[in-house]
Amino acid sequence: MSILINKDTKIIVQGLTGKTGTFHTEQALSYHGTKMVAGTHPKKGGQVWASSDGHKLPLFSTVAEAKEITGASNSVIYVPPAGAAAAIEEAIDAGIELITCITEGVPVLDMVKVKEKLEGSRSRLIGPNCPGLMTPNECKIGIMPPSIFRKGSVGVLSRSGTLTYEAVYQTSMVGLGQSSAVGIGGDPVKGTEFIDVLEMFLADDQTQSIIMIGEIGGSAEEDAAQFLIDEAKKGRSKPVVGFIAGRTSPPGRTMGHAGAVISGGKGGADEKISALEAAGVRVSPSPAKLGVTLVEVLKG
Amino acid sequence: MNIHEHQAKKILQDFGASIAPGVAITNIEQAKAAIASLPGPVYVVKSQIHAGGRGKGKFKELKSDAKGGVRVSLSSDEALFNAKEMLGKTLVTKQTGPIGKSVNQLYIEAGADIERELYLSILVDRETGRASFVVSTEGGMDIEAVAQKTPELINSVSISPSQGCTDADAGKLADMLNLTNGARQQGIALFKNLYQAFVSKDMSLLEINPLIITKSNNIQVLDAKVSFDDNALFRHPDLMELRDETEEDKKEIEASKYDLAYIALDGEIGCMVNGAGLAMATMDIIKFYGAEPANFLDVGGSATTERVTAAFKIITADPNVKGILVNIFGGIMRCDVIANGVVQAIKDINLNVPLVVRLEGTKVDEGKSIINNSGLNVIAADDLDDAAKKIVKAVKG
Repeated sequence: MSILINKDTKIIVQGLTGKTGTFHTEQALSYHGTKMVAGTHPKKGGQVWASSDGHKLPLFSTVAEAKEITGASNSVIYVPPAGAAAAIEEAIDAGIELITCITEGVPVLDMVKVKEKLEGSRSRLIGPNCPGLMTPNECKIGIMPPSIFRKGSVGVLSRSGTLTYEAVYQTSMVGLGQSSAVGIGGDPVKGTEFIDVLEMFLADDQTQSIIMIGEIGGSAEEDAAQFLIDEAKKGRSKPVVGFIAGRTSPPGRTMGHAGAVISGGKGGADEKISALEAAGVRVSPSPAKLGVTLVEVLKG
Repeated sequence: MNIHEHQAKKILQDFGASIAPGVAITNIEQAKAAIASLPGPVYVVKSQIHAGGRGKGKFKELKSDAKGGVRVSLSSDEALFNAKEMLGKTLVTKQTGPIGKSVNQLYIEAGADIERELYLSILVDRETGRASFVVSTEGGMDIEAVAQKTPELINSVSISPSQGCTDADAGKLADMLNLTNGARQQGIALFKNLYQAFVSKDMSLLEINPLIITKSNNIQVLDAKVSFDDNALFRHPDLMELRDETEEDKKEIEASKYDLAYIALDGEIGCMVNGAGLAMATMDIIKFYGAEPANFLDVGGSATTERVTAAFKIITADPNVKGILVNIFGGIMRCDVIANGVVQAIKDINLNVPLVVRLEGTKVDEGKSIINNSGLNVIAADDLDDAAKKIVKAVKG
């Protein structure tokens, strides 16, 4: 098994006709035939999108219509920041089960409204400001580079896109491979948190170990550590290797990701590392040693 | 984006908040006119810099027993003396770092008769995913110290975005701050107005410390600190006019023109990385191998040759940079684009410090061959660990 997505997952692309949407949809279609089934554009309903290598997808004016005709349960969003929150809300209203928003730079107060709407809905949101998620050899949603993946046993989750790639690449190099990889995104207010994905990885048979990559800002890593402690008490645990980016980041500065800021003396790397270590997570001191550290942990 | 206190107060006043009369000045002639226009006899002369802790701050050029960056003055002569002494000097506070900030602007305000000092802020609480008020009866002091010593004296109320700040929310805040009679009525109106200001201007932080109750039981905003969500500035062209570039690092301003996320630091190894997490991790691994990063730089997912060249120019403009590490893990970003940018930049700027390049991900083979065939003196690295070791060795020997 895998988590969230597999070879049967059908996906609608919101913002398919733009340059980014087109490029990454072509990539997804050529990745083990990921089932990208339609695109939406408010003014281009009824038209057809064609990839450079001849794939054709129907375009619909609304997500609701696209879902009804194609039976898709997923959507991925590549629309610019000003319209991203409205795109997420449209997908929630259409009853899309899993919405992945790649867009970086969504105003935080837009996300505050989205978050409230999500709470009363059946939808789950991944992101925004995230690389998406992958299940190797089955399904690719988002912008992760497919060549580094290898089907296997490690569940990868991260607040950072490129550090997700590091973890994926390194677990492929040491021969472990991945069950699924999920980038939850670098914004302060987002749809899915570490603990949501940890729960899924703990429940997934294929996932035998986990790499979790956090960074400065907020307390999601501390929450994750507490979750792992609580679950371990119930007898549910898997080996976890962690990494926290931003040990050398100065306080008060936002480090690229809107959510990566140490403020009011909170959100520093050291507290997060201590919390994870207290939960039995082996925290790698170097982002280049995630794979080998996990191998060491598995050898016991 | 941060703004000055006097700008923040003007915005809050537009939303109905009560503030003391005051004038912002940049020279002594203006200071004289400002003092003459205020009622007196008490004036407050306040340094306008984008950093907190001004009152307890020290001016570098003055004796250590000189007063701080916010001065209560009991006569017009004293106010003018203070303005003369403060203007153009460098103020060092808890938040400025040892370099301090040049005080190019002062805000001269009428004094207030304070009965009680309170604390109020609104921010986006990541835990609840909502805007939250944070209030305390212990205003006028460092709120982080209050939070540490007496956390029970800090309270918060989170606001539903669909309902806004309701009468019940505002009433709760008034109770938390022990507001009575006139101040209570004013407070309830003020809290709703402040929330309105926060959401309609896309603020990321609104902090009033202190919010005061006057001897006549009126409520007044005595200090104000406002930051805006950079991601929302596109819908507030009016706010962009409040930006004070003299408060920002020149290299950071240049970087922002090219959409590069750049933060100047004080180490010796310049970094150019794609992705914020990887950029932070690259800084961390440089430190891990015994050197210090000179900057944080995320070239983003859509860098062009032009942007990469600009990034190189900004990194090398820092005289402390003794070597550069380029670390790219291509997802959206293609390694061949980065490689072309690196080659072009080296030719353009005549690079004379060691350069280590590590490429991985989308179009990595094309990228590596562009670097290898360029004939330039570039040290190739296999992975992040190798890259960090090589640049530290090249710089430290």
